[in-house]
Amino acid sequence: MNMLSDAAAEKALVKKMNEVNYKMVGKDVSVYYGEKRALFDVNLGVRNNTVTALIGPSGCGKSTFLRCLNRMNDTIQGAKVTGLLTLDSKDIYDPDIDVVELRARVGMVFQKPNPFPKSIYENVAYGPRIHGLARSKAELDQIVEASLQKAGLWSEVKDRLQESGTGLSGGQQQRLCIARAVAVSPEVILMDEPCSALDPIATARVEELIHELRANYSIVIVTHSMQQAARVSQRTAMFHLGNLVEEDDTDKMFTNPSDQRTQDYIMGRFG
Amino acid sequence: MTDMTAATPAKSPSASEARTRRRNASERRFRLMGLIAVAIGVLALVGLLVSIFANGASTFRQTYITLDIYLDPARLDKSGARDIEEISKVSTFGYAPLIEDSLAAAMAERGLTGIDADDAADLISGEEPAMLRRYVLNDPSQIGETVEFNLLASGRIDGYYKGRVTMASAELDRNVSPEQLMLADELKEAGILTTRFNWDFFTNPDASDTRPEAAGLGVAILGSLYMMLIVLVLSLPIGVAASIYLEEFAPRNRLTDLIEVNIANLAAVPSIVFGILGLAVFINFVGLPQSAPVVGGLVLTLMTLPTIIIATRAALKAVPPSIRDAALGVGASKMQAIFHHVVPLAMPGILTGTIIGLAQALGETAPLLLIGMVAFVREYPAGPPEGFFDPASALPVQVYNWTQRGDPAFFERASGAIIVLLVFLLFMNLIAIILRRRFERRW
Ligand SMILES: Nc1ncnc2c1ncn2[C@@H]1O[C@H](COP(=O)(O)OP(=O)(O)O)[C@@H](O)[C@H]1O
Ligand SMILES: [Mg+2]
Repeated sequence: MNMLSDAAAEKALVKKMNEVNYKMVGKDVSVYYGEKRALFDVNLGVRNNTVTALIGPSGCGKSTFLRCLNRMNDTIQGAKVTGLLTLDSKDIYDPDIDVVELRARVGMVFQKPNPFPKSIYENVAYGPRIHGLARSKAELDQIVEASLQKAGLWSEVKDRLQESGTGLSGGQQQRLCIARAVAVSPEVILMDEPCSALDPIATARVEELIHELRANYSIVIVTHSMQQAARVSQRTAMFHLGNLVEEDDTDKMFTNPSDQRTQDYIMGRFG
Repeated sequence: MTDMTAATPAKSPSASEARTRRRNASERRFRLMGLIAVAIGVLALVGLLVSIFANGASTFRQTYITLDIYLDPARLDKSGARDIEEISKVSTFGYAPLIEDSLAAAMAERGLTGIDADDAADLISGEEPAMLRRYVLNDPSQIGETVEFNLLASGRIDGYYKGRVTMASAELDRNVSPEQLMLADELKEAGILTTRFNWDFFTNPDASDTRPEAAGLGVAILGSLYMMLIVLVLSLPIGVAASIYLEEFAPRNRLTDLIEVNIANLAAVPSIVFGILGLAVFINFVGLPQSAPVVGGLVLTLMTLPTIIIATRAALKAVPPSIRDAALGVGASKMQAIFHHVVPLAMPGILTGTIIGLAQALGETAPLLLIGMVAFVREYPAGPPEGFFDPASALPVQVYNWTQRGDPAFFERASGAIIVLLVFLLFMNLIAIILRRRFERRW
């Protein structure tokens, strides 16, 4: 990871971060998949206790940016990330940073619900168990219950915790995945089109949930639905062809965007 | 719907009809060809099984002669001291008269005469004095007692009751006479000669050319079992570890591509090549003993490894990447993601591949011939692990061996051995199916 070349820029960054209370910051982030460049010098921050929506047409790099935030790009053969990414002002690509620990702090919910083919209980308990968050079975039970509560799933599954997680409906599976992410007490939760495989009712439940989670977590959500971005997020970032077009308050973005491309996209003229 | 098609002006009804007819005809033709192909396959299989069972099923029944034998101290232990040293000096020739006398007594009791005692004793397998001697040496306190024994009838007598030997063929046969066959019939009537299930076939070692009735699969089964143990213990961990490394950790580059291609090629190498390799490396270079299960096991391990690696990699590839992502997403390390989630999900495929590999190894003959497993082995190998280094035989080699012998009784045994081998293979496949069912999960 190239360190910031000039100290002034770093100072400016720190200053801005202190002002607006950023949880995570990406500075000049570029991503290459082999020869192909997927992101071009993106500068974008994730604020505390805020839902940030990433919008833009397919293939514009939303997921790519999201995956930089918990280094899931590391798992892709040939992917290279340049620029600076910080969590609480610490470079997350620093060699000293343990990627496993990072991913426990920055959780992820995927596009397709992907519960483990294990029991509901095991799905939620897995994270806390490998991170040693519970010292006893009772404590683990407590974490599982609390996580399922937070994901709004507890009342539906409390009588069948030992049944397979894959036997739940799509919406329940996605909330189970959210419970699984929440169980390791992350600080940031990344969601990549979490509702794209769900029906409208399940979508509404998940959106409600995102709203509640915002009290305790910083959330970044990729979405294809403008309405969803408008409903759940406070900040919106618009991507186009690997570039960050603009980033602003959601209200402002949807009523009075500064960039023509954002306007066109929101009006449904492309994408 | 019908309205709509009616409303659409048909361009040329006859042309479309002809096309439909052609399409249906070609479909019928293809289905017929498929049926014929399946029928040919089934017929070949049925033919094979019928011929094997017709030849081999009789192996599992064997003719026995039941006699009360007086273990005469005057013959077996002249000193009377029950000293094992002294007793073991009496050779099998010393035991033969006991059987002869006992048979003569039984015949006299039932008034069966007209055949001299020597010829009558030929009804009983030449193997039995040795059996009797082992029995006595094993438990010398029985000397002086009268004990009931089920003695194997000789191969010709056994063949008589299986339709292999007739009065007419006995006329021309040096080894059996019509008088002996008649005596056998009389003994059968008297209930002394009986036919029953042939346990000895599973426990006896191989026997010499003139004693097919005593030949069994004991040493071969044990040898095959030892080799399978070695193959399992070596190839499963090595194969699975290699697959996991190649699939999940190894960088994709020229070298790993080369390794990949070579593993695929290795699976196609003729098995006899592995035999030559085993002979050159394990026996000539390392100096391991010939005919030993350890060498057979090592050679078969080399053969089985590619099968297991290919199956395991396919099973690992089949696990959806979303499961890996899910595990990494909650902060599992790569190792944890693989061993907690990916490998368990791949388990059915891994086990199936392993069992198929083992089944292949169980039936493999050619490489074992090269490393001397074809030797005539009468002694049981010791228990593991020392037994791995003792000479042993193997099931398929025993089949090959018996088909090479002159006496048609051995051909029956060979078919019987094939049935045993097939049952083992079926059993292994059954285990594979059960494991697959048990571990199968949807995601
Ligand atoms: N694993 C990958 N390997 C190569 N190219 C990729 C990979 N993932 C994404 N890309 C490319 O990067 C660009 C951005 O992709 P992505 O971030 O998935 O877009 P979005 O999520 O906005 O639809 C696309 O052009 C896509 O083809
Ligand atoms: Mg995407």
